[in-house]
Formats: sequence, C-alpha cells, structure tokens
Amino acid sequence: MADQAGVSSVRERARAFGVPKPRPVRAKIVIEWEQCKGCGFCVEFCPTGALKLSTEFNKKGYHPPVPDPEQCQDCGFCELVCPEFSIYSVDVTESESHGRSNGQDLVNESYR
Amino acid sequence: MKATANVKKAAHLAEPLLRMDRLPHIWCPGCGIGATVNCFASALAKCGIPREKIAVVSGIGCTGRVAGYVKLDSFHTTHGRPIPFATGLALGNPELKVVVYSGDGDIVAIGGNHFMHAARRNVSMTVICVNNFIYGMTGGQVAPTTPEEARATTAPYGCYEPPFNLPFLAKSCGAVYVARWTAMHIRHTTNSMVEAINKKGFSFIEIIAPCPTVYSRLNRLGDGLDMLKFYRENSEIRNGAATEDLDITFKGKIICGKFVDREAPTYLDRMNGQLQKVLKDRYVPWGVPSKTGLDRCVS
Repeated sequence: MADQAGVSSVRERARAFGVPKPRPVRAKIVIEWEQCKGCGFCVEFCPTGALKLSTEFNKKGYHPPVPDPEQCQDCGFCELVCPEFSIYSVDVTESESHGRSNGQDLVNESYR
Repeated sequence: MKATANVKKAAHLAEPLLRMDRLPHIWCPGCGIGATVNCFASALAKCGIPREKIAVVSGIGCTGRVAGYVKLDSFHTTHGRPIPFATGLALGNPELKVVVYSGDGDIVAIGGNHFMHAARRNVSMTVICVNNFIYGMTGGQVAPTTPEEARATTAPYGCYEPPFNLPFLAKSCGAVYVARWTAMHIRHTTNSMVEAINKKGFSFIEIIAPCPTVYSRLNRLGDGLDMLKFYRENSEIRNGAATEDLDITFKGKIICGKFVDREAPTYLDRMNGQLQKVLKDRYVPWGVPSKTGLDRCVS
C-alpha cells in the first residue's frame, strides 16, 4: 500500500511539473493465421493474458491464438517468443478504431 | 481496418532478416529454435551492425537450418564444420562479424575438436549453440549433452555417459565471453547476443531449447510449452557463477547467466604481434584498422 501511495504522489508531482498524463496503450495484435503451429507459447507467456487459443482450426489443423486487443500493452513478448514468426503487435494508441469486441478482424486470414 | 495514426511497425521484427518465401520453416510445433532466431533478429537490430557485415554459418541439424532462413550472407556447411569455415571467413575478411549458429550435436559432438581449437586460438567469432540435449533431426540418438538417466533411441534404458558442461568447456578452452540461457529467457538472450556480437574474440552462448518431438517425447516431459514452463520454474540466474558448477542433470536445476566476460588478444592480434616482432618492417599487419578502413595486406 505504501508503494501505491508513493507512486501516486510521484505522478501528482510529475503532473505539477507539466508532464502529461500517460495515455493508455492500445495495440493491434496481428496473427498470421495459417503460419501458426499452435504451440501456445504466446498464450502462456503473455503478461496481460491478452491471448487465448481459438477453438477453430487453421489449414494445418492447429488452433491459433485469438487476441483480446483491450488487454494488449504492446510489450512485444509474443513476437519474440513465437517460434513461427506468426504474431506481432502494433501500437495504435492514437488510432480511432475503438469498440472492438473480439479480435477476429485482426487476424490475417491468409499469409502473404 | 481504420487508419492508424501512430503505427510503430507494420511487420514482424524478424521479417527484414528472414527469407520469408522459405517459411513456414521445418521446425516442429513447440520447438525453441524459432524463438532464438527472434532473439538473434532483435539483437542484430539493436547492435546496429550493417547487414552486409554479418555472416552466419551453420552446420547440419535442426538448428543448422538457420543459415538457410536468414537473409544474410550465410553458409550451410557439412556436419560439424561450421567453425573451421567461420575461422577462414573471420581471418580472410576481418571486417566481417561471423556468427556460427548451430546445434549441440554439430558444435560439440562432431565439431567438438574445432570448437576447442577456435576457442583456444580466440578467433573473432560468435558461437550460438542451441542445445536440445539430443540429435533431433536424425531421430534421437544420444548426444554428448544428453543428461545422465535421460532416454534416447540409442539409450532405451537411460543414458549413462556424463554430459558435457558447455560453459566450462568453452571457458577452459579460452573463450572470452560465455553465457547460457534457455529458450524462455528471451530478453536475456537478446542482450547476451548483442554483447557477444560486439565482443572482440571468441564468444559463446549456449541456449537450452526444448525438443518436443524427440527428447521430450522419449522422456515423457510433455510438449514444448511444458518444457518452457519447466525452465521457468527450474532455472536460476547466477551471473558470474563458477563454470565448473554448471552441470546439467536430468530434470534438475538449470543455472543460467553470463559466466565469463574477459579480454584476451585475438588470433589476429597474436599473429600480427609475433610476425611483426620477427619480421619487423617486412611484415604488413593484417586486419588492423587504418585510415582507409581495414588494410588489405596488399600493396
């Protein structure tokens, strides 16, 4: 609790010095649907739990992940841990595209 | 998709480094080699060396396929011989940053002799050894890194040979930079690769990666994800630890970290020093930076 109080006071002081309030990060997760082999590394190691395995199959018969863009903080860990080079995130903080309920529109249906 | 105002990047970070027409790659689902290639791509982007100054050499094996997938000057050598090839490359063109990217079976089994001697000579190169404890591509034979008690197709009752401790081997042979990470330590591996590539001399990184199809299946260790979870729970970062204590046991703790980071004259330094001492002015130093870049030793 003490840490929480310390953090808020630092933020208040920073704002008094004119530091703008940090914007919440919004990111787009791009998944190369057909390239995924469903190993689940990104789902397991996502720090914010923004990914879960789909119940649908891709052409190879694997379950690629489905993103929840509301939770993604664009840390880029999924991009680094994916052995198939089939997932990455793009920072779209200033984008106007709000109101997505599921991540289906973010999945690349075909690879190249 | 609606227009985005603050698009940081629009492609995968490894895409500029990879021959995308050759993907999807041959590695099994859950294999850790792809993750290490991501680290390598990210390390190359961070260390700021132009792409034409980097050469990747691989031998035979699953990890040996890396040379075929990277969009760099690369060569896929015969089994066990990436280090002799890389030695020639590093000495013939001292401007190049030579990276040997291969597996444990290639580097320390059939190429063990070359590994020892390149480390002894301190030839300027970076050796990235992806250790999956077994010969994966050929069907799971015992490798010099297979831990005792682990099963392999040529050891159905468990391996009874003591395995190599690769950081200890590299350090005692004379490597100037030695680190070990697992395929789960993505950011540590990336930073370590940046340090190793920028290091002058023989740098060595061992990356422990899961082999879900052969090693894990024969030993009932689950799939690649289970292995990564195992690494998360059973690895310990101990930077600067004594390398003789880094033995790997079956289902035992994995000590990770950067163990050696020292300075030593490289092969070219020693060669130039000795020949200059004996031949005096008759000798033109090779590979020494001058005003016009690196001298070509021709006049």
